[in-house]
Amino acid sequence: MTTLSTRVVLGPVGQIPPGEGRAFDLGGRMIAVFRLRSGTLRAVPAACPHAGGPLADGQIDDAVLICPLHLNTWDLATGCSRSGQPDLEVLDVWEEDGLIAVSALRG
Amino acid sequence: MNAKRRLVVVGNGMAAGRTIEEILERGGGEMFDITVFGDEPYGNYNRIALSHVLSGEEEESGIFLNDLAWYESNAITLRVPVRIDRIDRFAKLVYGDDGSATPYDVLVIATGSRSFVPPMNGVRRDDGSLLEGVVGFRTLDDTREIVRLAQAHERAVVIGGGLLGLEAARGLQSHGVRVEVLHAMGHLMNMQLDEQGGGILRRSIEAMGIGVRTGALASQVVGDDRVRGVLLKDGTEIPCDLVVLAAGIRANVEFAETSGFTVERAVVVDDRMCSADDPDVFAVGECAQHRGEVYGLVAPIWEQARVLADVLTGAAPDAAYHGSRITTKLKVAGVDVASMGITAPERDDDEFVVFSEPRRGVYKSVIIRDGRLVGATLVGDVNKVSFLIQAFDQGQELPEERVNLLFDLGTPAAEVGVAELSDDAQVCNCNGVSKGTLVKCVADGTKTVSGVMDRTRAGKGCGSCRSLVRQIVEWAAGDDVRNDPAEHYYVPGVPLAKPELMAAIRDLRLYSVSAVFEKLAPGGNHDAKSKMGLTSLLRTMWPDDFVDERDGRYINDRVHANIQRDGTFSVVPQMKGGVTSIEQLRTIADVAEKYRVPMIKLTGGQRIDLLGIPKEDLPKVWADLDMPSGYAYGKSFRTVKTCVGSDFCRFGLGDSTALGVAIETRFQGIESPGKVKMAVSGCPRNCAESLVKDIGVVAVDGGRWEIYVGGAAGAHIRKGDLLVTVDSPEEVLRISGRFLQYYRENAKWLERTYAFVPRIGLDHIRDVVVHDSEGIAADLDARMQETVEGYRDPWKEGREPAVPGQFRPSLPLISLPQVPVRDGSTALGGRAGRSTRHDPRRPLDVEPKTELTIEGAQG
Repeated sequence: MTTLSTRVVLGPVGQIPPGEGRAFDLGGRMIAVFRLRSGTLRAVPAACPHAGGPLADGQIDDAVLICPLHLNTWDLATGCSRSGQPDLEVLDVWEEDGLIAVSALRG
Repeated sequence: MNAKRRLVVVGNGMAAGRTIEEILERGGGEMFDITVFGDEPYGNYNRIALSHVLSGEEEESGIFLNDLAWYESNAITLRVPVRIDRIDRFAKLVYGDDGSATPYDVLVIATGSRSFVPPMNGVRRDDGSLLEGVVGFRTLDDTREIVRLAQAHERAVVIGGGLLGLEAARGLQSHGVRVEVLHAMGHLMNMQLDEQGGGILRRSIEAMGIGVRTGALASQVVGDDRVRGVLLKDGTEIPCDLVVLAAGIRANVEFAETSGFTVERAVVVDDRMCSADDPDVFAVGECAQHRGEVYGLVAPIWEQARVLADVLTGAAPDAAYHGSRITTKLKVAGVDVASMGITAPERDDDEFVVFSEPRRGVYKSVIIRDGRLVGATLVGDVNKVSFLIQAFDQGQELPEERVNLLFDLGTPAAEVGVAELSDDAQVCNCNGVSKGTLVKCVADGTKTVSGVMDRTRAGKGCGSCRSLVRQIVEWAAGDDVRNDPAEHYYVPGVPLAKPELMAAIRDLRLYSVSAVFEKLAPGGNHDAKSKMGLTSLLRTMWPDDFVDERDGRYINDRVHANIQRDGTFSVVPQMKGGVTSIEQLRTIADVAEKYRVPMIKLTGGQRIDLLGIPKEDLPKVWADLDMPSGYAYGKSFRTVKTCVGSDFCRFGLGDSTALGVAIETRFQGIESPGKVKMAVSGCPRNCAESLVKDIGVVAVDGGRWEIYVGGAAGAHIRKGDLLVTVDSPEEVLRISGRFLQYYRENAKWLERTYAFVPRIGLDHIRDVVVHDSEGIAADLDARMQETVEGYRDPWKEGREPAVPGQFRPSLPLISLPQVPVRDGSTALGGRAGRSTRHDPRRPLDVEPKTELTIEGAQG
């Protein structure tokens, strides 16, 4: 069985204000995409692995994401938990000509 | 060939037993042939439990620590009853009263003590033995003898009103004997308790039917063949047929003294428990004198036993005993007693805090020197003992309000001493963190309180366990605890305490969160955890010039609603003072119906809460409600709870409803370091619970109003402190506003008023806010006025999203069960009141004695 990396475009980057996150539907799966103030994009699953909190509503800086429900924290670049919760999967996301691009894996 | 050294232990009491156990634990069984001499014909038993045997609470068999089989299975030679009466240090032999001479390589003296026989005429027979009916209270045989005599006789005198004497008296009483305790000193347990504590204890003992005489010197035992009575020095004769001696103990060290050892009150030893005279002879327990102290309590003696075993077995050749700080916690004759350190203040500046309640037999005192606990006495209620022992042992910081040393005022912070908590005890109830998890985190190398909190998430919920978490970390890390300088920072990402941070923000004119990071954070790094605190501070400092960056806001402040567990939000429309109207209720009902709100609920602050609203519906819900926000979210001024006041209430002294409306109108939405909940009650019956609010107002007779600050009734319970009583509603608005501004400018981030008021001190706050001692009252008023005027209704934003996607869903919504709305409709005429003749949002002109009048729609 092969795995293909597929690029999905989520629309203009301007829909995410700098320093905030927004949730997107990635083929039936919700993900949270963050736009750091430096312009870098980051993407993780939309639901917090601790209690299902909406991670896109969390606060970020250039390195850390805080879930709004219980203030658990993760490293945005690696997905590693900094507060003893399960780690987050980090999705590959980048900007292309003003658009948000994500690589979605398909089995 | 036997290479083992010969270890001889003289004495077979608790110290001896414990020392041998410690030696065996360290592999000493392989190093030594152990011989133990005891002059009692038993194995090793718990002497402390004798009072329970006397009272019948415990069987004799239950008090043995090591029975004869234990000696056998550990190949220990037990020789009892043999009394050693001479040591030949040079030949290394001990001589027993059975004619034996036993060689040793290492000798441990653990002969303990015996009952002190006070110098009374007639106490001994001609052969030196005690008169029939006179008994010490020291050994199992003594105890058996007392029980035998108690069953045959009716009146007993106990000489000595210390712990042992009182225990003996209680035990005798349980055998139906009339008991009188004679104590030579002015108050009972004078070694452990101060005079008042001793007095309270005396009342409790007397209430049990035990007679007590203090300052009573027994000079003679009356009786020829057996005891008939005791004669006091003042001539009083007390008839009795049993005398129990409990007037102190004397170390059994005469044989050591005559064998050439240095003996003062006991055998003098160094920090290795080694005698001053011979490197192969050691002493442990009540017969050892270390640095001038002789210890008669279990804890220090156990410590001595550990050190001695370390030294003898070589497990830790450098082990040293440094003496013990004596803390005792006991039950004396059924009364809880605890003491530590000194019993009375010794210096002029020693703080002496006392609580005495004779009727209940409760007495507590603490002595504080230079901010450290140096002594404490507790009688009848020892709930705080673990906390105090810890504070005494470790010299830890004490709560600013000293009353917290004596009572748990509803705070779970220090109910149990950390050492006594079991490992599985849950410390942080929000995040389910146990003591064991915290201790392991420390053992794994995290030595700061904040570091442990970060790693375990303990203390990251409601925060009420933080002081306990701190105590556990400090206890677990011991001397290794590290101070995290960040503990004093206003926010973790900017290394400045609040006053310095505010000065820098003012000097550099930093109007936005990102400007603060860029100028003041290390490397200019932004820090997500610091954003909320900085946003709040900047809003407070720059009501007009603050540059609002949306990523500096928490989600609640981005969408002006309170996030719920499923990612939906709750909406609380404003209802000033808890007053509503038919129109408002109808509108709310219509909106709830239109948006199929799954739950409609009343909040604790007298508001209506619409729960379960998806993020994307929030703007439409607000538009349809067309009511301002009720501020049920955010670290800000929340709501004013009111009672019915004077319009309808039979007892109302002041129009609390109208004043509550005015207060909420003035302070709505103002951000603060922690949430601020208020209440106004129209009379001292206090139906609005003003005494447990951050700011609470109570109408009293004569048209006056009391203002309380620093109250709480959540995770912490604290009764507010009376700040001042004022003459008019306008004064209430002015003083409460000034206090609020002072709190906004001086509290730490997330520090509620219940912590802020005691930290700063009520007197200081009163001086500044009421008496203007610092000359800043006018400035505080002006800055508050500026804030009030700068207020914008955030819900206006809801009509037009401020940024793209502000109200976009962030989760696939779990649908919540529909809550059936019960039909319990009541129709009450509402009133939307204005309290004063002028708009409360305008600057306040003082008009003392202004009457509050309500103008407004009658529903």
